[in-house]
Amino acid sequence: MEQPPRAARVRRRVLPYLLIAPTVLALAAVLGYPLVDLVLLSFQGMTRRELFSGAAPPWAGLANYRSVLSDGFFWTVVGRTALFTVVCVVATMVLSLLVALLMRVVARGVRTLMTGVLVAVWAMPVMVAASIFRWLSDADYGVVNWLLSLVPGLDLSKHNWFENPWQGFAVITGVVVWGAVPFAALTLLAALSQVPAELAEAALVDGARPRQLFRHVTWPVIRPTAVLVTSLCAIWDFGVFNQIWLMRGGQPEKEYYLLGVYSFIESFAVNRYSAGAAIAVLTVLMLLAGAVVYVRQLVHLGAAE
Amino acid sequence: MTGAPGTGAPRGTRRRAAANALGLLFSAGMAFPLYWMLLTAFRPATEIHASPPRLLPGHLTLEHFRRALGSPTFWANVRSSVLIGVGTVLVSLLIGTLAAFALARFSFAGRKALVLVIIGVQMVPLAGLIIPLYLLLSDAGLTDSLPGVILTYLVFVLPFTVWLLRGFIAAVPVELEEAAMTDGCTRLGAFRRVVLPLLAPGLVATSVYALVQAWNEYVLAYVLLSSNDKQTLSIWLLSFQTSFGTDYGGLMAGATLTALPVAVFFALVQRRIGAGLAAGAVKG
Repeated sequence: MEQPPRAARVRRRVLPYLLIAPTVLALAAVLGYPLVDLVLLSFQGMTRRELFSGAAPPWAGLANYRSVLSDGFFWTVVGRTALFTVVCVVATMVLSLLVALLMRVVARGVRTLMTGVLVAVWAMPVMVAASIFRWLSDADYGVVNWLLSLVPGLDLSKHNWFENPWQGFAVITGVVVWGAVPFAALTLLAALSQVPAELAEAALVDGARPRQLFRHVTWPVIRPTAVLVTSLCAIWDFGVFNQIWLMRGGQPEKEYYLLGVYSFIESFAVNRYSAGAAIAVLTVLMLLAGAVVYVRQLVHLGAAE
Repeated sequence: MTGAPGTGAPRGTRRRAAANALGLLFSAGMAFPLYWMLLTAFRPATEIHASPPRLLPGHLTLEHFRRALGSPTFWANVRSSVLIGVGTVLVSLLIGTLAAFALARFSFAGRKALVLVIIGVQMVPLAGLIIPLYLLLSDAGLTDSLPGVILTYLVFVLPFTVWLLRGFIAAVPVELEEAAMTDGCTRLGAFRRVVLPLLAPGLVATSVYALVQAWNEYVLAYVLLSSNDKQTLSIWLLSFQTSFGTDYGGLMAGATLTALPVAVFFALVQRRIGAGLAAGAVKG
């Protein structure tokens, strides 16, 4: 039973490393190695031939990057992805914040109903959500066309939403925001419950208006959570793939390419794995900008802990 | 906490009524797509294609469910989804709990770096990793195999599992372990006998959440699994779209079947997960 003190000390020092070893190894294998491989691949010329023969792909240096970066289409896709992300994130956050604030003032029954609906929507698999929205916006029998046609002067019967990419992206934005609001709203609601009630009451007694109350009492408390949720949403929306893939029936037109889809198609449909890898690397680099904000916020919080 | 304090009673009442109405309106709008999915899944084809569409249920039928259940690969796809989900949960829980324990209870060199990696992983878009993961598994001869898919799912499930469990473990008072160790337990013994039983609700919540993530994943499964009978339910849903058009009755029935287990599980653990996520977000 009695351990020699030295051995006990060594064991205590080694134990945490033994505990994290399996996780570290697993992440190194399925995440670290592929990330390194992705970068390597983007400097090579991997095509279908090398993939199947197992031959080492030729070194291509910066050729992939040069051709991707000098391609006007790539920059179109970058701009489109950025715009899509901004629209989705702003819509998600504004709506979620309003919903979370609303949930604090409604009657208990209404709040239960809202929570139930949010949880139900949250639980929907992405592919299910995309299927539903495809059906809602169907040209021939979709209920959206019919509902909008009820507006006087608007006739949308047989209207194809995906003919015009702007309208198509409106539907895609709809499904993305619909799917993201539950997570954002419920997380913000949890953060709102951290606002000390005495503080809010004191501010009201002192004659603060609701707007001032929000700005000076509520917002400072929920700000960290709001920043976290915003950056998470931005990361997800920037890499969006499934919704577009399903809504365009597995064959998105060029007008529907966002970076995730573009990289995937270059790799698996055109078999230019290295070009696809270069696009993926550039995507990750662009995301790092947003990631810095997210990590800084977390580190900041961790330091305060 | 009820009601925004208004200046006068009538004004406050009117405001609350407006808030309630807004809440109901929002609920109706949010829930409508789900309602429409269920309605389409249960109504005969003639009503699906009615013009103008009927917003209220008329005749109900199970024909679409019969067709969906009868599709040749349905049960094989259910099996795939379940095996992949359970496998992912077991592996990530097994190794994730150990790491979570280390992060919650020990201070060691490299701890901060590990935390950063675990958080940072959530920022790597999965779409960017598809190509190298595919090449990795194809080198290992693991494409078109369920264990291969389970391995790749660890990329996004494991960090999340560690992060959530770390929060749950940190919530268990450390004094309990210390007491057990004073009574002669080793560090791991104290963890197994004292913390683990208290952790049960957290483990359940975490595993359900991980299961849901695995159940919902689409791209990796689509790329890695080429045999029809190994594919998961998310991919099976695409089979309702053919070049002749989309069988919306079947698709909505299939979507209902795919979403059902997730919805049930989710309803069971949502409260706990919400609290865990909020604690993680607020407390870092």
